[in-house]
Amino acid sequence: MNFDVDFALSTLPAFLVAVGVTLQVGLIAIATSLCVALINAAIAVFEVPVLKRLVRLYVELARNTPLLIQLFFIYFALPSIGIRISGFASAIIAMTFLGGAYLTEILRAGVAAVPKSQIESGLSIGLSRWQLLRHVILPQAGILSLPALFANFVFLLKETTVVSAVAVPEILYTTKNYIALYYKTYEMLAVMTGLCVLLFVPLSLLLRVVERRLQHGQFGS
Amino acid sequence: MASSGLELLWVSAPQLLTGIGRTLGISLLAIVFSSIGGLAYGVLRNLGIRWLDTILLIYLEAFRAIPVLVWLYLFFFGLPIFFGWSIPGFWCAVLVLSLWGISETGEVVRGALRSIPRGQREAGLAIGLGLPGLYGRVLLPQALQRMTPPMINVFTRLIKTSSLAVLIGVVEVIKIGQQIIERTYESVLIYGFLFLFFFLVCYPLSAASRVLERRWSHS
Amino acid sequence: MSALIELSGFSKRFGDVPVLQDIDLKVTEGEVLVILGPSGCGKSTLLRCLNGLEAGHAGHYRFDGRELAANTDWRLVRQQIGMVFQSYHLFPHMSVLDNILLGPVNVQKRPRAEARQQAETLLARIGLLDKRDAFPRELSGGQQQRIAIVRALCMNPKVMLFDEVTAALDPEMVKEVLEVILDLARSGMTLLIVTHEMAFARAVADRILFMDGGRIVEQGDPETFFSSPQTARAQQFLEKFSYVENMPKRNAS
Repeated sequence: MNFDVDFALSTLPAFLVAVGVTLQVGLIAIATSLCVALINAAIAVFEVPVLKRLVRLYVELARNTPLLIQLFFIYFALPSIGIRISGFASAIIAMTFLGGAYLTEILRAGVAAVPKSQIESGLSIGLSRWQLLRHVILPQAGILSLPALFANFVFLLKETTVVSAVAVPEILYTTKNYIALYYKTYEMLAVMTGLCVLLFVPLSLLLRVVERRLQHGQFGS
Repeated sequence: MASSGLELLWVSAPQLLTGIGRTLGISLLAIVFSSIGGLAYGVLRNLGIRWLDTILLIYLEAFRAIPVLVWLYLFFFGLPIFFGWSIPGFWCAVLVLSLWGISETGEVVRGALRSIPRGQREAGLAIGLGLPGLYGRVLLPQALQRMTPPMINVFTRLIKTSSLAVLIGVVEVIKIGQQIIERTYESVLIYGFLFLFFFLVCYPLSAASRVLERRWSHS
Repeated sequence: MSALIELSGFSKRFGDVPVLQDIDLKVTEGEVLVILGPSGCGKSTLLRCLNGLEAGHAGHYRFDGRELAANTDWRLVRQQIGMVFQSYHLFPHMSVLDNILLGPVNVQKRPRAEARQQAETLLARIGLLDKRDAFPRELSGGQQQRIAIVRALCMNPKVMLFDEVTAALDPEMVKEVLEVILDLARSGMTLLIVTHEMAFARAVADRILFMDGGRIVEQGDPETFFSSPQTARAQQFLEKFSYVENMPKRNAS
């Protein structure tokens, strides 16, 4: 079997776009997940009566079901009750649903790890609950949970591969498309693997460094 | 609607059960292989043989860094053309999930073994235990409490990730569901059912993991 | 009398750092040898080398008349050399009896009933028979250490190695452990003891070995060693221990 270098090269522009889509989906989903998680963490910290339970339910539902099902539900099932959402938007929504839950858990654990004495001394100098969260709890919880947050950002970026299932033209969808169109399986698998190695392996190695560096999250040097 | 929905699920039950069997089959096999492989990985890394560590570390990085779906495609489309092995989707999914699972459980086992004081190893050696006795009687039993909760978490992730098998054409529960939707257009019902199915399998496991973690972190 | 342990030109290094240099040593059967020296002098390493916990050495090591090369199957040797550690290292997931029986039953393949009988006899001897079904975390440090001694004894070793076995204990528990060792010494067991308890060393030893910088600096009978040490380094070492004893009272009249 021959490796058709020319063909592989000719697909590179399309794959470059695909990498762009992967990053776009991943980064947007990370940002929206973080927003959801911050709101949820605030609800958990302030122990807002009913919402607190709803957050708990949401976290359990999202963490104990596959992203693929969440995605299919939004993309295939919602249209039948009149809600039509594009593949790209479905991807963002599903990944936010999943990512928001994971990040909520991490922030909650981070908040729980902030010593009680910090909260007490914050209250003792007369901070409001909101000021306490903003100036005392979140900065410390953020640092404490930074390695776990970063690990989950990488996890979410890897999960973008799943959204290929709803025709979002990221790396895997593009690969499958080219294989179906031209039967150049060999070349396309090589390009796909190469791109994934270039994209994900450095991230994974970086994650190791972050985890080692920030094992004991602290301020100062 | 509600009664017709339940009726549809009732009528489709035999089909759905076949699919559920296939999905749980993939998951269960992957869980078994991941457990055995993970124990082997953890023990091998614990031996401190440098060249072996390097090989295992490369394996670990490869399966942790590259998404599972990429591995699925590589094995499913790649094995036939690179090696001429045509492997059924079901077994391809079991293989890839196991290899990925081992990289996850392996790290769990390694971490648990590393947390055991060095003196335990020496005390075991000092009474003349060989490696099988040392690991089987002294080190792994002590690591068991520490590694069980995170192991269970890996199992739930394996079950969730087994859903990707549908993307390489395995006729498991999702595919069966899609076939029913094609006939009946009941997509909300079916996807709702699938959502609930995975939740009902995974939630008890993660809850158990949490309970064990809390109970054992004190002793 | 033939030597049970015989080292000649025995050396050991960690990377580039020599920790034992050119050790010549003979221990005869029934002898009680106490090894003294400042920390880092190599005394613990010497014990650990004797049952292969530190792999790889230069020079010769004969045990019970057999030359032990660096690639020896240590499992067989270790069954004949009991070792007790500073931090006891009982297996926390096993009861006292299971701790003691693991070696005899699983390594030596002795019948469980027979091994159990011996274990119970030994436990009775140290006064802990009623703790046979307890788990290590339920026991005091002194009790754990005595059980660690029984665990080693139950293998019927030819020699016992004690590596600073009282160093991790609260002061009030030291006595009960030392008494067990003293009892063993009286019964004619061959013992190699690393300790910082000077009075105990003096009482139990047939011979004192003083080490410094990975070498044997001085050796002799305990009376001579403690009353008139021959080398300057041994004198300095002993002075440090007598410093507290001879400290003048603040309000001495």
